[in-house]
Order: sequence, then structure tokens, then C-alpha cells
Amino acid sequence: MVDTQRTLLLGNLAAVEGAIYAGMRFFAGYPITPSTEVAEGCSRELPKIGGRFIQMEDEIASIAAVVGASVSGMKAMTATSGPGFSLMQENIGYAYITETPCVVINVQRGGPSTGLPTKVSQSDTMQARWGPHGDYTAIVVAPSTVGDTVTETIRAFNLSERFRTPVVILMDEIIGHQRELISLPKPGEHQVINRVKATVPPEEFEPFQLTANGVSPMAAYGEGYRTISTGLTHDPMGFTTNEPEEIKVKLDKLRNKIMDFRSEITKLRVEMMDDAEIAFVSYGSVSRAVLLAVALARSAGVKVGLVQLYTVWPFPDNKLRDYCQKCQKIIVPELNMGQIVHEIRRVMPPDTEIHSLQRYDGEILTPMQILEKLEEVM
Amino acid sequence: MATVEKTKSVEKQKSDVVLNYFRPRKKLPSVWCAGCGNGIVMSAVIRAIDKLGYSKDEVAMVSGIGCTSRMPIYLDFSALHTTHGRALAFATGIKFAKPHMKVIVITGDGDCLAIGGNHFIHACRRNIDITAILINNYIYGMTGGQGSPTTPSGAISTTTPYGNVEKHFDPCKLAQAAGASFVARGTVYHTPQLEKAITNALDHNGFSLVEVISNCHTYYGRLNHRGDAVSMLNAFKENSVSTAKAKKLSPEEMEGKFIIGTLHEDDRTEFCDEYQKLVDAHMGEK
Repeated sequence: MVDTQRTLLLGNLAAVEGAIYAGMRFFAGYPITPSTEVAEGCSRELPKIGGRFIQMEDEIASIAAVVGASVSGMKAMTATSGPGFSLMQENIGYAYITETPCVVINVQRGGPSTGLPTKVSQSDTMQARWGPHGDYTAIVVAPSTVGDTVTETIRAFNLSERFRTPVVILMDEIIGHQRELISLPKPGEHQVINRVKATVPPEEFEPFQLTANGVSPMAAYGEGYRTISTGLTHDPMGFTTNEPEEIKVKLDKLRNKIMDFRSEITKLRVEMMDDAEIAFVSYGSVSRAVLLAVALARSAGVKVGLVQLYTVWPFPDNKLRDYCQKCQKIIVPELNMGQIVHEIRRVMPPDTEIHSLQRYDGEILTPMQILEKLEEVM
Repeated sequence: MATVEKTKSVEKQKSDVVLNYFRPRKKLPSVWCAGCGNGIVMSAVIRAIDKLGYSKDEVAMVSGIGCTSRMPIYLDFSALHTTHGRALAFATGIKFAKPHMKVIVITGDGDCLAIGGNHFIHACRRNIDITAILINNYIYGMTGGQGSPTTPSGAISTTTPYGNVEKHFDPCKLAQAAGASFVARGTVYHTPQLEKAITNALDHNGFSLVEVISNCHTYYGRLNHRGDAVSMLNAFKENSVSTAKAKKLSPEEMEGKFIIGTLHEDDRTEFCDEYQKLVDAHMGEK
């Protein structure tokens, strides 16, 4: 039987497929290499399903329109790359404090500034976590293949709706511009989560109330609740506050609604770690080269494994420690000057040898380079 | 005496209408200085909405940052108090997602024309059905009296202590040139005219701008020796000219004066309507 769902797909278009599967019906964006195909795909596909696509005047406006659509009840997304991601940060911060679900795709390229528009990089790993000013906790996921991009985009929307928060998908130029033969998911194959809607009478509704599962129900505009969203620090009603105890409650909520439920968010891929003495920890497209390097090293009898972070933030402290507890050495390959490696240093016992393998000249880390580093470390 | 009683009763009715639209449970007073024009504009917006018979649920009020931008917090509509300059971009998302909603942006001269200038011209160009109420007091009030894109040449502000060397924007001309399909100007002195301008703007299908000349006696008035709120309102009365009268005046006679009334109106196609046609044409395609 022919699998009609089988298709040769560009990574950036896989993100569109995943988003539509997850219920995304609103896209606002601005062209930027190497993410533009996400916007192009949305402009083609969304009208066919009654969705909405708008090309805004810049990236600041794009994320603003996405937030506007989300408070109106739609699942909304934007996609960009380094410079555009930098421009979006203030309004991503607005989405954090107003607890507005939305998805932001960053198809990473080299930087700083205009940098390397057509070349791969993972140098926004920290920006994705710490980009907007102020205190909050971020959820960031990172696919490594075209197939992953579909499932991670669905997962990003689910997390966003479940936790009422923006979720960043850290793609990179390699994944975005790669074509792979994949099977698109069938309806019902993946769970699709929708935000919990307000059900109490409007006069009793508190849009930012504390709840057992960390997340307040949400009322869409135009549905009788007339809520207020403000970027000023606010109380459970959404009214602005300067009261120290109310400020602390709000900021604790932004952190705790994610950190108290970290196990729901963390997702790792673990390969050949059972007897591994040396571990690679990686995320994004680099993981593909690492996987091949690990297979080659294993065939030469080296006890080495891979832990791949599908959830980059919040960082999976405990799980990583568990998986790597027997490893004396960890190698962290990244397409940057060493970003996530600091988290691994923070998490692992001080006697673990941690090696950073960096490449930041716009090229990929090859399996041979990864094997060379392994040899050096051994 | 009868006239006085009648006036009192009309005034009471008017204020009752306004009180119906305050957000329940919200603590007043507002952050605005006594005598600020923002309250007059807020009342005109409410009366326009009331006159048009919109339900509270179908109105979304969006703002950015500044004194004027606090308005949605006090009113009983869906309210999005956003980041500096970006209100129109957020509002675009709401309107496009829920085209049946009446989306009103409350903004100021700094918010709309400086940091938000790009969003302003593009909202005009798209002709999306949003009404922008731009309260122009010639200065940044909330941060304490700095020069804005509408501060007149030569005027004093805390960042133009020796007089402003820059030229100012005319937001109405800017909006018209960028493609807004309804443009009007009013002042906080001419309240019935302002209410009418806002009513017409809300009723118009397409992007509408109402520029409201307003007083910041606390900063602009004090720094430029324009007196208190009442003196500033009187100056608006003296310096404004109706569109009909302006046609009869020479450029020399118009020097130092500004026109109030409807400045532009056309029936260009509206953005959400056009997009809906596109959806209708391609819906269900593989």
C-alpha cells in the first residue's frame, strides 16, 4: 500500500505542517533568511483552511500581531532568524508577563548583527532563554531533523497552550533548508492540547489566578469576559501593582508554573548510554553528526553515547545527571563559542571532565571532527 | 433657573453614561493630572460607543505606553495595554483574528509617531478597520516633559531646553498620505464635535484616525508659559478653524492655526474584507 502521507519536505515547511496539525490558524511574519519559507508556506496553506496570514512591517509588529491573535483565541505563530529574533525580544517578554500562548520559530544563522544569513549557527541558545529583560522562565525546544520539526512544532504548541506561555523553537539553517523524506502524522496520531478556557461567570473570573496545575484558564476577547492584559506587573485580576507581595506572587507564578512541572516539558533522546564512559550532549542539527560519530566509535569498541536535548530550556538538570552518572567525560559539540556547555558544567559533579567542541565559522561540525575530539579526550 | 436645571440634568445623564463603562473592581482615581485632557477624550470615546450601540463585548481597546495609554485599564472592554509604540500592531492581530470586533487604539504623539511611526503608516496603508485616537499634547507626559515628534519648532521641553530645532509631524497629513480612509481632527475644547468625529471614525469601515489636540499643562504648558488647563483649552478654541472656514482663509490667515473636522474620507477596500475574499476563493483547495 502506498503511504500517501510520505513526502519529501523542506525543514521550514515541516514546521508549517506541524503547526497546522497543532491547530495554528494565524501567522504573522516578516521575510528573513533562512526562515522565509515558513512564512511563504503559511501564506499558501492558511487561506485554504480558513486561517489567516499577514506579512507585517517588521518583526516587532509580527510578534505583536501574534499576541493580539492569541488573546483573541487563535493559535498563532511567527518565524524568524537571528536579527529578527533580537527585534522580537521586547514583545516576547510581553507574552511572558501576560501569559499569552504563542510559538516563535528561530531558524538560527550566524551573528552577531547581520552576520551570516545563509550559514548555520546555534549561537542563539542563550538568547532564546534570556532574550527579553526581566525575570521569567522560558520553554525552548530544538528539533534535529525534518521529521523532528513536525513533531517538535506540535509539541511546542501543546506546551504553549498547556502552560500559557510563548515557546521558542530553535531550528537552524541546516534543518530549515534540508529536504528529507518523511511521513506526515495522521489525524489523531499526536495529541493536540488546547488552552483551558474560562468557565466561571465573568464577575468571578480572575485572568491570572493561581491554580493547582500552575496555569490560569484563559478567556478570549469578545466572549463575555472583557479581561485586561498589561505588560505592567499585575495582580490576579490583571490590575497593575506596585505592592511587593503582589509583585513576588506574579514573578513566582511565571517561574513555578514551568519549573514545578518540568518533567512534563523535558524531552531527551538517549542513545547507547547504558555502558557509556564518555557522553556527547548535543541539540539541534549537530546531533545528526554526533549520532554517526557515536555509531562509528562504537564499531571501534569505544564506550560512548549520546544525550540529545529536544527540550533545551528549562534545562533537564536531574535527567542529564542520571543518564551521565557513569560518565567521567562529557563532550559538548555546539555551533557557537560554547553556550549550553555552561549548563552541563553547572549540573554535573565537579570531578566530571567536560569538554567543549566549538565551531563558529558558518560550517557544520562533521562526524570526523567529532571523532577527532573524542580521540583527543580519550 | 429652568435652563440651569435642564443643563444639570443633561450633564447628569452624560456622566451616567460614562460611569456605565468604567471597569468594575478597578480602583480610581486615574494616573492623570487634574485637568488633563485625557479624561475629556475618554468621555467622548465612551459616548460615541454608547451612541453607536456597540456591546461592551464587541469592543477591544488597545494601547501602548504613555499617559494616554492607561485609558483601556479603566474601561470595561477587552483591554490590551501593550509595549511602547506597538499598539497598532497588536490591534492588527486582534482585528484580523476577530474581524467582527470593534478595535480602538488609544495612543499619544510619542507612542504613535516616534517609536510607533512605522506601525502607524503601515496600518494606514493596509486600511485595516481600526480606529486610532491619537491624543496629541505635543510632549512626552509620563516621562516628564521631553520633546516629541509633534513638539513645535522652538518650543521648550526637558530635552529641548534651548528650543526645539526639529520640525514636527502633521499626523493627519501623514495618515492621509499613507492611505488611511478616514482622517479627522478635534480638540478637547470642542467636545460635541470631538464626540461626532469619533462616532464617524468608529462607524467608518477602514483605518480611521482622530487626532485630538489636548493639553499637558503640567509639562508643555508650564515649560512654554501657556498657563493652566483652562488657558490652554481657550487657546485651542482661538487657534482652531473649521474645515468650512479654512477654505475661505489665505495661508497667511491660517498661520498658527489648525483645522478641525473631517479632513479626509474615502471608500477604499478594507484589509480584512479583502482577505476574506481570498479565503472564500481558495478554501478547501489541496
